[in-house]
Amino acid sequence: MIRRAPRSLGEHAPILFPALMLVVFFVIPFGLMIAVSVARRIPGGFYEPDLVLANYERFLSAFFGGVLSFSLELAALVAVVAVGIGFPFTYRLARLPRAAQVRWLVFLLSILSLSEVIIGFAWSTLLSRTAGITNLLVAVGLMAEPQSLSPSFGALLAGMVYQAFPYTVLVLYPALARLDPALVEASRTLGASPLKAFFTVVVPAQRNTIVATLIMAFVFALGSYLLPQLLGRPQHWTLSVLITDQAIYQSNMPFAAAMAVFLVLVSLALVGLSLLFGRKEEA
Amino acid sequence: MSALVLDGLTKRYGSFTAVHGASLRIPHGQFVCLLGPSGCGKTTLLRMIAGLEEPSGGQLLIDDRDITATPAHKRDFGMVFQSLALFPHLSAGENIAYPLRIRGVPADERRRRADSLLELVRLPGMADRPVSRLSGGQRQRVAIARALALEPKLFLLDEPLSALDAKLREAMQIELKQLQRRLGITTIVVTHDQREAMTMADLVVVMSEGRIRQAAPPMDVYRQPADAFVADFIGMTNLLEGEVTAPGRASVPGGELALAGLPPHGRALLSVRPEEVLLHPATAPNGANRLAGTLSFVRDLGASVEFRIDVAGREIVALTRPQDRPGVEPGAAVIVEIPAEACVVLPPEGRVS
Repeated sequence: MIRRAPRSLGEHAPILFPALMLVVFFVIPFGLMIAVSVARRIPGGFYEPDLVLANYERFLSAFFGGVLSFSLELAALVAVVAVGIGFPFTYRLARLPRAAQVRWLVFLLSILSLSEVIIGFAWSTLLSRTAGITNLLVAVGLMAEPQSLSPSFGALLAGMVYQAFPYTVLVLYPALARLDPALVEASRTLGASPLKAFFTVVVPAQRNTIVATLIMAFVFALGSYLLPQLLGRPQHWTLSVLITDQAIYQSNMPFAAAMAVFLVLVSLALVGLSLLFGRKEEA
Repeated sequence: MSALVLDGLTKRYGSFTAVHGASLRIPHGQFVCLLGPSGCGKTTLLRMIAGLEEPSGGQLLIDDRDITATPAHKRDFGMVFQSLALFPHLSAGENIAYPLRIRGVPADERRRRADSLLELVRLPGMADRPVSRLSGGQRQRVAIARALALEPKLFLLDEPLSALDAKLREAMQIELKQLQRRLGITTIVVTHDQREAMTMADLVVVMSEGRIRQAAPPMDVYRQPADAFVADFIGMTNLLEGEVTAPGRASVPGGELALAGLPPHGRALLSVRPEEVLLHPATAPNGANRLAGTLSFVRDLGASVEFRIDVAGREIVALTRPQDRPGVEPGAAVIVEIPAEACVVLPPEGRVS
């Protein structure tokens, strides 16, 4: 291993290819987007290069502020719910016999092959009045008549958690599979009930994994674009929906670009934060 | 007298039986070693006592109270795990105070108790040290202090010293024994190391294939092994197969022995410790319990000398002090003497596994 910093071009060679890819597929498009975000829009036309900050000023409007804070809150809530369900689930999963674990993981991975469109329409059907689960509740006598549960905030949350869930499980699984089962047993012999052992040993011992998974799920949910339109009402539309709307339907590329730049920066900041937590765990 | 009583404890996993009806009475304050090769069921038995495995049959009683169905967290037993299982997110002091925190002991009291427990295991001032920055021996002590924090009725240790190097392990064995004697706490240690068991235990419980083969004080296990497995597992031994020819006489490969305690007829299995076997030059007079053989190998072990002698195709091992070493070299004809009082007659059905 070379411990000192690489000096000659030859020593840098191994990272040249990934660096090139990063420049071509990330730095250049992102640069273009920044350039467009400060361009001046020609009403009724397209845009021309310039250096105006008008698009960023619009962030300060009440409407934009509302959409932005809703997007952040929704993403945070999805992350919390997904990890809140995913963590105990993965903990149990990691303690199942090997064959059962494999079956569950294959099943969860197969969810990843579903597109957002299919997930959206499936949930929308499942929560509809005509064919939804309320019909089952009526059939067993728990409900007087079927109801439509979608579109609504609850439907949107359910759909997005469903989509984020396999990712959270896959991120949590390696850490929880490595957890020494003797830790919980030790806590039991020291007087903790199984539930208390879970909350005083398993959760705190995995604190950094949980934070990193929360951030991952948050960033994942922040980019959600189709589900808010399929399962939510217009007030539930996220920043991503707004960007699409501005870019495609309003032909306001500069404003769309400004919002996209903002979203990328927020995501990058959070990924950076999760890396920081990951590093702390190693120390 | 209060005691821990195991009454036919059994553990089955499907068709495999890990522990067959283990019965044992452990008086208060005893230091017990569960000893056996890996896979003999000793850890499973300890885990049943701790409440971490549910017995498939049998009963567990402490002070005449049935605790078979009591969950682990209500048993008040302290346990040290093979992996130590220190909580990585807590410091040494917080690890020790964990059981006190679970019981709702106030923070300053916890701190005080953790400090005094650290004194007890000779790690004063280490309370704020993160677990990841402790050495192997220090982790060991923290795990012991944590298990003792609630002043448990029973102190259980699952191969606690296996991760330490040989020298530190010997030192910890003595220290653990001294600690146990000072606290007078009933202690059960699982180990596969017979030296460790001999060093520490008041009562050695030898297990094999899920069964308790013998439970006795260390020297009794050594001098009076219950069967061939115990004789072979504890220390080194010579096992001789004999045939009873006349009352008190048995023929073995290479000659005949006059012994007490032989069955009236049939086959007999004899065990003789190498240090009891006497070695004479071939010129020595032939007499009772003397077998002729050829010296095949000699090695100096420092404190003793080991001789391997071929007697009628069977190898017999003899151990002498260096100063008693007879002047014989490999290849020489020798006479092996097996004193009658050193010979233990084992049940003939005992088999070496």
